[in-house]
Amino acid sequence: MRAFSFSTTPIDTASGRAALVDPACGGYATFEGWVRDHNEGREVRRLEYEAFAALAEREGERIVAEAIARFGVERAACIHRVGDLGLGEMAVWVGVSSRHRAEAFAACRYIIDEVKHRVPIWNP
Amino acid sequence: MKTVTLQYFAVLREQAGCSEERLTTSAATPAELYEEVRVKHGFTLPLTMLRVAVNEEFRDWSSPLATNDRVVFIPPVAGG
Repeated sequence: MRAFSFSTTPIDTASGRAALVDPACGGYATFEGWVRDHNEGREVRRLEYEAFAALAEREGERIVAEAIARFGVERAACIHRVGDLGLGEMAVWVGVSSRHRAEAFAACRYIIDEVKHRVPIWNP
Repeated sequence: MKTVTLQYFAVLREQAGCSEERLTTSAATPAELYEEVRVKHGFTLPLTMLRVAVNEEFRDWSSPLATNDRVVFIPPVAGG
């Protein structure tokens, strides 16, 4: 499984998680970003995500690699939706498996924070 | 003069009215190129709010442009 990938269909978190299972790992942390009903004081009913795919995939892979190196976790991955999403749908998933829980949480947080800042994805 | 391809996303695509254009330009750097298209399309975002990618990699605004470069000006992102 690629470290960072886009999906045009609902994110298969079971599959994402399965790729991170590792007998050396005692901890697994995950984050899900959901489409919520308000943003900047305005009601939201749907979002449409678009991406500059070639660069987004590269930058996403770099972020996941940074997290693995910086926090010393075993495996990590991120899947981001593109296309139209309704309320409550999952926009992004991050999973991290590590020997112990502290670094799993830290790496998971790092990945979602960096993805939100750096990866060329928009919902205009 | 160089011929480059620009690809537009999000607010820049809305303001340009197109997702891609091919341009022959005397701009030597992405900064100069943005100034040219900013005026041409009436882009409201200042350069300071953007990043730039050339041939699918982030670049400095002052890096030299070459003919056939593919340039993308990247508006503030909203992933996650």
